[in-house]
Amino acid sequence: MSESEMAMHGHGGALMEESPYSIPSRKLTMWLFIISDAVTFGAILFAYGYLRVATPDWQTPFKFASIINVAIMTFVLITSSLTMLGAVDASKAGDKPKAFRFLASTMVLGLIFAGLHIREWFGLFDAGIKLSSGLFGQTFFSITGLHLLHVVTGVVALAVVARKYSSGSLTPGHVETIGLYWHFVDLVWMFVVPLVYLTNIAR
Amino acid sequence: MAASGKSGNVIANYLPVYFVLLAIAGIEFFLAYQNFSTVGLVGMLLFLAICSAALGLLYFMHLAHEKRSLFFSLIPATIFVLLMMNMIWSDSIRLLHMRPFAH
Repeated sequence: MSESEMAMHGHGGALMEESPYSIPSRKLTMWLFIISDAVTFGAILFAYGYLRVATPDWQTPFKFASIINVAIMTFVLITSSLTMLGAVDASKAGDKPKAFRFLASTMVLGLIFAGLHIREWFGLFDAGIKLSSGLFGQTFFSITGLHLLHVVTGVVALAVVARKYSSGSLTPGHVETIGLYWHFVDLVWMFVVPLVYLTNIAR
Repeated sequence: MAASGKSGNVIANYLPVYFVLLAIAGIEFFLAYQNFSTVGLVGMLLFLAICSAALGLLYFMHLAHEKRSLFFSLIPATIFVLLMMNMIWSDSIRLLHMRPFAH
Protein backbone atom coordinates (compact mmCIF):
# COMPACT_ATOMS: atom_id res chain seq x y z
CA MET A 1 0.00 0.00 0.00
CA SER A 2 1.45 3.33 -1.00
CA GLU A 3 1.75 6.26 1.35
CA SER A 4 -1.06 8.11 -0.37
CA GLU A 5 -3.29 5.01 -0.13
CA MET A 6 -2.51 4.79 3.57
CA ALA A 7 -3.55 8.41 3.90
CA MET A 8 -6.82 7.53 2.20
CA HIS A 9 -7.62 4.44 4.24
CA GLY A 10 -5.55 4.66 7.38
CA HIS A 11 -7.34 7.31 9.41
CA GLY A 12 -10.11 5.63 11.32
CA GLY A 13 -11.34 3.89 8.22
CA ALA A 14 -12.70 7.13 6.78
CA LEU A 15 -12.25 7.44 3.05
CA MET A 16 -10.16 10.50 2.28
CA GLU A 17 -9.63 11.75 -1.22
CA GLU A 18 -5.96 12.07 -2.08
CA SER A 19 -4.87 15.63 -2.68
CA PRO A 20 -3.60 16.08 -6.25
CA TYR A 21 -0.84 18.32 -4.88
CA SER A 22 0.34 16.28 -1.90
CA ILE A 23 3.87 14.94 -1.87
CA PRO A 24 4.93 12.68 0.99
CA SER A 25 7.28 14.77 3.13
CA ARG A 26 9.80 11.93 3.25
CA LYS A 27 10.05 11.83 -0.53
CA LEU A 28 10.27 15.61 -0.85
CA THR A 29 13.04 15.69 1.77
CA MET A 30 14.99 13.03 -0.12
CA TRP A 31 14.61 15.00 -3.37
CA LEU A 32 15.89 18.16 -1.67
CA PHE A 33 18.84 16.20 -0.28
CA ILE A 34 19.51 14.78 -3.76
CA ILE A 35 19.52 18.30 -5.26
CA SER A 36 22.02 19.56 -2.69
CA ASP A 37 24.19 16.44 -3.02
CA ALA A 38 24.05 16.66 -6.82
CA VAL A 39 25.31 20.22 -6.63
CA THR A 40 28.12 19.11 -4.29
CA PHE A 41 29.23 16.46 -6.77
CA GLY A 42 28.67 18.92 -9.63
CA ALA A 43 30.99 21.47 -8.04
CA ILE A 44 33.68 18.87 -7.34
CA LEU A 45 33.47 17.40 -10.85
CA PHE A 46 33.50 20.89 -12.38
CA ALA A 47 36.67 21.72 -10.45
CA TYR A 48 38.16 18.39 -11.49
CA GLY A 49 37.25 18.97 -15.14
CA TYR A 50 38.88 22.39 -15.10
CA LEU A 51 42.08 21.03 -13.55
CA ARG A 52 42.11 18.07 -15.95
CA VAL A 53 41.82 20.18 -19.10
CA ALA A 54 44.09 22.98 -17.87
CA THR A 55 46.97 20.76 -16.70
CA PRO A 56 49.22 19.64 -19.57
CA ASP A 57 51.17 16.94 -17.66
CA TRP A 58 48.16 15.22 -16.06
CA GLN A 59 48.74 11.62 -14.98
CA THR A 60 46.97 8.93 -17.04
CA PRO A 61 47.51 5.78 -15.00
CA PHE A 62 44.55 3.57 -16.00
CA LYS A 63 45.64 0.51 -17.98
CA PHE A 64 43.27 -1.84 -19.79
CA ALA A 65 42.83 -4.06 -16.70
CA SER A 66 41.70 -1.05 -14.66
CA ILE A 67 39.22 -0.02 -17.34
CA ILE A 68 37.79 -3.57 -17.42
CA ASN A 69 37.45 -3.36 -13.62
CA VAL A 70 35.60 -0.03 -13.96
CA ALA A 71 33.35 -1.51 -16.68
CA ILE A 72 32.41 -4.35 -14.32
CA MET A 73 31.77 -1.83 -11.51
CA THR A 74 29.50 0.15 -13.85
CA PHE A 75 27.59 -2.99 -14.84
CA VAL A 76 27.20 -3.99 -11.18
CA LEU A 77 25.90 -0.55 -10.13
CA ILE A 78 23.41 -0.22 -13.02
CA THR A 79 22.18 -3.76 -12.26
CA SER A 80 21.75 -2.82 -8.59
CA SER A 81 19.43 0.00 -9.70
CA LEU A 82 17.32 -2.61 -11.50
CA THR A 83 17.09 -4.80 -8.38
CA MET A 84 16.21 -1.69 -6.37
CA LEU A 85 13.31 -1.05 -8.74
CA GLY A 86 12.20 -4.62 -8.08
CA ALA A 87 12.32 -3.99 -4.33
CA VAL A 88 10.25 -0.81 -4.59
CA ASP A 89 7.66 -2.47 -6.78
CA ALA A 90 7.45 -5.61 -4.62
CA SER A 91 7.03 -3.50 -1.48
CA LYS A 92 4.25 -1.46 -3.10
CA ALA A 93 2.55 -4.73 -4.02
CA GLY A 94 2.87 -5.84 -0.37
CA ASP A 95 5.13 -8.77 -1.23
CA LYS A 96 7.53 -8.51 1.72
CA PRO A 97 9.66 -11.63 1.08
CA LYS A 98 10.22 -10.59 -2.54
CA ALA A 99 11.01 -7.01 -1.54
CA PHE A 100 13.52 -8.30 1.02
CA ARG A 101 15.20 -10.52 -1.58
CA PHE A 102 15.51 -7.61 -4.00
CA LEU A 103 16.87 -5.34 -1.24
CA ALA A 104 19.37 -8.05 -0.25
CA SER A 105 20.43 -8.40 -3.91
CA THR A 106 20.95 -4.64 -4.11
CA MET A 107 23.07 -4.72 -0.96
CA VAL A 108 25.20 -7.59 -2.30
CA LEU A 109 25.74 -5.72 -5.58
CA GLY A 110 26.65 -2.60 -3.60
CA LEU A 111 29.19 -4.57 -1.59
CA ILE A 112 30.66 -6.10 -4.78
CA PHE A 113 30.97 -2.57 -6.19
CA ALA A 114 32.74 -1.37 -3.02
CA GLY A 115 35.08 -4.39 -3.12
CA LEU A 116 36.02 -3.74 -6.74
CA HIS A 117 36.48 -0.07 -5.92
CA ILE A 118 38.89 -0.82 -3.09
CA ARG A 119 40.76 -3.29 -5.30
CA GLU A 120 41.18 -0.48 -7.83
CA TRP A 121 42.53 1.80 -5.11
CA PHE A 122 45.08 -0.78 -3.96
CA GLY A 123 46.22 -1.16 -7.58
CA LEU A 124 46.91 2.58 -7.67
CA PHE A 125 48.68 2.45 -4.29
CA ASP A 126 50.98 -0.23 -5.76
CA ALA A 127 51.66 2.09 -8.72
CA GLY A 128 52.73 4.80 -6.27
CA ILE A 129 49.62 6.97 -6.58
CA LYS A 130 48.29 8.12 -3.24
CA LEU A 131 46.15 10.94 -1.86
CA SER A 132 49.35 12.89 -1.22
CA SER A 133 50.84 12.40 -4.69
CA GLY A 134 49.90 15.55 -6.55
CA LEU A 135 46.75 16.93 -8.16
CA PHE A 136 45.68 13.66 -9.77
CA GLY A 137 45.86 11.67 -6.53
CA GLN A 138 44.08 14.36 -4.55
CA THR A 139 41.21 14.82 -7.01
CA PHE A 140 40.86 11.11 -7.85
CA PHE A 141 40.71 9.87 -4.27
CA SER A 142 38.51 12.80 -3.18
CA ILE A 143 35.88 12.21 -5.87
CA THR A 144 35.87 8.41 -5.81
CA GLY A 145 36.17 8.40 -2.01
CA LEU A 146 33.11 10.62 -1.67
CA HIS A 147 31.20 8.37 -4.05
CA LEU A 148 32.34 5.22 -2.23
CA LEU A 149 31.20 6.80 1.04
CA HIS A 150 27.75 7.28 -0.52
CA VAL A 151 27.68 3.63 -1.67
CA VAL A 152 28.69 2.28 1.77
CA THR A 153 26.17 4.58 3.48
CA GLY A 154 23.53 3.35 1.02
CA VAL A 155 24.30 -0.31 1.77
CA VAL A 156 23.99 0.34 5.53
CA ALA A 157 20.74 2.25 4.99
CA LEU A 158 19.41 -0.56 2.77
CA ALA A 159 20.21 -3.10 5.49
CA VAL A 160 18.34 -1.05 8.10
CA VAL A 161 15.34 -0.48 5.82
CA ALA A 162 15.24 -4.14 4.72
CA ARG A 163 15.27 -5.37 8.32
CA LYS A 164 12.70 -2.89 9.58
CA TYR A 165 10.44 -3.22 6.54
CA SER A 166 10.41 -6.99 6.98
CA SER A 167 9.52 -6.63 10.66
CA GLY A 168 6.68 -4.27 9.76
CA SER A 169 7.99 -1.09 11.39
CA LEU A 170 8.67 0.65 8.06
CA THR A 171 6.34 1.20 5.10
CA PRO A 172 6.78 0.83 1.32
CA GLY A 173 7.28 4.61 1.30
CA HIS A 174 10.55 4.11 3.17
CA VAL A 175 11.69 1.55 0.59
CA GLU A 176 10.83 4.00 -2.21
CA THR A 177 12.78 6.78 -0.48
CA ILE A 178 15.94 4.72 -0.01
CA GLY A 179 15.46 3.64 -3.63
CA LEU A 180 15.67 7.27 -4.75
CA TYR A 181 18.96 7.62 -2.88
CA TRP A 182 20.36 4.44 -4.42
CA HIS A 183 19.45 5.52 -7.96
CA PHE A 184 21.09 8.88 -7.30
CA VAL A 185 24.33 7.12 -6.29
CA ASP A 186 24.10 5.26 -9.60
CA LEU A 187 23.57 8.51 -11.53
CA VAL A 188 26.62 10.13 -9.94
CA TRP A 189 28.75 7.17 -11.05
CA MET A 190 27.65 7.81 -14.65
CA PHE A 191 29.50 11.14 -14.45
CA VAL A 192 32.47 9.89 -12.40
CA VAL A 193 33.37 7.13 -14.89
CA PRO A 194 33.79 9.28 -18.01
CA LEU A 195 35.41 12.23 -16.27
CA VAL A 196 37.71 10.51 -13.82
CA TYR A 197 38.52 7.19 -15.49
CA LEU A 198 37.91 7.36 -19.25
CA THR A 199 39.83 10.60 -19.79
CA ASN A 200 42.87 9.17 -17.97
CA ILE A 201 43.58 5.99 -19.91
CA ALA A 202 47.26 5.07 -20.27
CA ARG A 203 48.22 5.10 -23.98
CA MET B 1 -1.36 -4.86 2.44
CA ALA B 2 -2.22 -7.83 0.41
CA ALA B 3 0.17 -9.04 -2.21
CA SER B 4 -1.19 -8.14 -5.59
CA GLY B 5 1.18 -10.36 -7.53
CA LYS B 6 1.99 -7.57 -9.96
CA SER B 7 5.55 -7.12 -8.75
CA GLY B 8 6.94 -9.75 -11.09
CA ASN B 9 6.63 -7.53 -14.14
CA VAL B 10 8.62 -4.52 -12.98
CA ILE B 11 12.05 -5.81 -13.95
CA ALA B 12 10.78 -6.62 -17.45
CA ASN B 13 9.22 -3.15 -17.74
CA TYR B 14 12.52 -1.44 -16.99
CA LEU B 15 14.77 -3.79 -18.99
CA PRO B 16 14.77 -1.54 -22.11
CA VAL B 17 16.00 1.43 -20.05
CA TYR B 18 18.54 -0.84 -18.33
CA PHE B 19 19.93 -2.06 -21.66
CA VAL B 20 20.05 1.48 -23.08
CA LEU B 21 22.05 2.59 -20.02
CA LEU B 22 24.45 -0.34 -20.50
CA ALA B 23 24.73 0.49 -24.22
CA ILE B 24 25.54 4.15 -23.46
CA ALA B 25 28.20 3.00 -20.98
CA GLY B 26 29.60 0.70 -23.68
CA ILE B 27 29.75 3.57 -26.19
CA GLU B 28 31.57 5.69 -23.60
CA PHE B 29 34.21 2.98 -23.11
CA PHE B 30 34.56 2.61 -26.90
CA LEU B 31 34.97 6.37 -27.44
CA ALA B 32 37.59 6.55 -24.69
CA TYR B 33 39.90 4.37 -26.81
CA GLN B 34 39.54 6.52 -29.94
CA ASN B 35 41.97 9.31 -30.72
CA PHE B 36 40.03 12.43 -29.79
CA SER B 37 41.40 15.58 -28.21
CA THR B 38 40.89 15.77 -24.43
CA VAL B 39 38.35 18.60 -24.72
CA GLY B 40 36.44 16.81 -27.50
CA LEU B 41 36.41 13.52 -25.58
CA VAL B 42 35.23 15.22 -22.37
CA GLY B 43 32.44 16.95 -24.33
CA MET B 44 31.20 13.72 -25.93
CA LEU B 45 31.42 11.73 -22.70
CA LEU B 46 29.60 14.45 -20.77
CA PHE B 47 26.81 14.51 -23.36
CA LEU B 48 26.38 10.73 -23.04
CA ALA B 49 26.52 10.96 -19.23
CA ILE B 50 23.76 13.60 -19.27
CA CYS B 51 21.64 11.30 -21.50
CA SER B 52 22.18 8.41 -19.03
CA ALA B 53 21.35 10.63 -16.06
CA ALA B 54 18.18 11.88 -17.76
CA LEU B 55 17.03 8.30 -18.39
CA GLY B 56 17.80 7.35 -14.80
CA LEU B 57 15.97 10.37 -13.43
CA LEU B 58 12.90 9.94 -15.61
CA TYR B 59 12.43 6.17 -15.39
CA PHE B 60 14.45 4.70 -12.50
CA MET B 61 13.61 7.58 -10.16
CA HIS B 62 10.11 7.80 -11.65
CA LEU B 63 10.28 11.54 -12.26
CA ALA B 64 8.42 11.02 -15.55
CA HIS B 65 5.44 9.62 -13.63
CA GLU B 66 5.54 11.90 -10.59
CA LYS B 67 2.95 14.55 -9.82
CA ARG B 68 3.52 17.97 -11.33
CA SER B 69 3.55 19.38 -7.81
CA LEU B 70 6.85 17.61 -7.14
CA PHE B 71 8.41 19.40 -10.10
CA PHE B 72 7.00 22.72 -8.95
CA SER B 73 8.34 22.12 -5.43
CA LEU B 74 11.80 21.14 -6.61
CA ILE B 75 12.35 23.83 -9.24
CA PRO B 76 12.60 26.77 -6.76
CA ALA B 77 14.94 24.72 -4.54
CA THR B 78 17.15 23.89 -7.52
CA ILE B 79 17.25 27.51 -8.69
CA PHE B 80 18.12 28.67 -5.16
CA VAL B 81 20.98 26.19 -4.85
CA LEU B 82 22.29 27.10 -8.33
CA LEU B 83 22.13 30.80 -7.48
CA MET B 84 24.11 30.11 -4.33
CA MET B 85 26.65 28.22 -6.44
CA ASN B 86 26.82 31.23 -8.73
CA MET B 87 28.70 32.95 -5.92
CA ILE B 88 31.48 30.41 -6.54
CA TRP B 89 31.45 30.55 -10.36
CA SER B 90 32.85 34.07 -10.40
CA ASP B 91 35.94 32.80 -8.58
CA SER B 92 36.25 29.90 -11.03
CA ILE B 93 36.16 32.26 -14.01
CA ARG B 94 38.77 34.47 -12.35
CA LEU B 95 40.96 31.40 -11.88
CA LEU B 96 40.72 30.61 -15.61
CA HIS B 97 42.95 33.62 -16.17
CA MET B 98 45.00 32.86 -13.03
CA ARG B 99 44.48 36.34 -11.71
CA PRO B 100 45.52 36.95 -8.12
CA PHE B 101 42.99 37.59 -5.39
CA ALA B 102 41.63 41.13 -5.34
CA HIS B 103 42.91 43.26 -2.48
